[in-house]
Amino acid sequence: MPTFTAKVFVTLKPSILDPQGRTVERALSHLDHANVSGVRVGKYIELTLSGERPGVETQLQGIVENVLSNPVMENARWELEEVREVAGA
Amino acid sequence: MKTAVIQFPGSNCDADALHAARLTLDPDAQFVWHTEAGLPEGTELVFLPGGFSYGDHLRSGAIAARSPIMAAVKEHAERGGFVLGVCNGFQVLTEAGLLPGALSRNRDVHFHCAPVHLRVENAHTAYTEAYESGQTIEIPIAHGEGNYYADPETIARLEAEGRVVFRYLDNPNGSLNDIAGIINEGGNVLGMMPHPERAVELLLGSEDGRGIFESLKACVVK
Repeated sequence: MPTFTAKVFVTLKPSILDPQGRTVERALSHLDHANVSGVRVGKYIELTLSGERPGVETQLQGIVENVLSNPVMENARWELEEVREVAGA
Repeated sequence: MKTAVIQFPGSNCDADALHAARLTLDPDAQFVWHTEAGLPEGTELVFLPGGFSYGDHLRSGAIAARSPIMAAVKEHAERGGFVLGVCNGFQVLTEAGLLPGALSRNRDVHFHCAPVHLRVENAHTAYTEAYESGQTIEIPIAHGEGNYYADPETIARLEAEGRVVFRYLDNPNGSLNDIAGIINEGGNVLGMMPHPERAVELLLGSEDGRGIFESLKACVVK
């Protein structure tokens, strides 16, 4: 059965205030990085799943929508990559 | 002993720190706001209090460590001035590079708020002369990110040089070698997760933290 690594990126929707991002942005500005803007802090989550690709994709989409993110205020996207066994590893 | 308690946005143990400093060290101890460029003339002890500076955004202590007052705190430390960082203050000291290592999430990811027992590992520092090496003291902790980490060489060096000043008897957070507090090479900068300023009066349940302040005071009088 194939094994996949999923990389999930969760960010606040652009319309939602991100106090953490704002704080980091202000700190950067005070450190003379005044040209930096639009700092948003999100989450990155890694998962390993096993199964056939179509099923795993459906399952992952459900996990991302129902558990890992809150669609009311967050956007989420994911990448799925099959793990290749390296001989002798 | 002239004391300055640094206030960052989100420090919430600043009043406790000021109270303890006024009670034990300096009736005129004062707050210094983080945007100040310098410390008050004649400052002998800088107290970095506990709390959640900048809401712990990015990493605990990370933004506070880069605030304007920290340049003056670093100069003070380099001149041999005393700097005591408690809880978030300890996190700020490691982020500022004044102490080695880093503090990460507690092993069980729970926030721990309880009195804990510490062993005074080194009673031959400016902060601990009022104790005896090996003595057990009770001081409260209140943190979610107190899990001390450093690379193996750094840990070995801290141990070899007697710079692990306090060790947990019952490790609450997963800190390597049960480390609760460490001191810098010069012996003037101490960082610790437990809150000695909350243990300076019996009314608070313990006055075992008083020794730290009394040691400092005695050290300055000498």
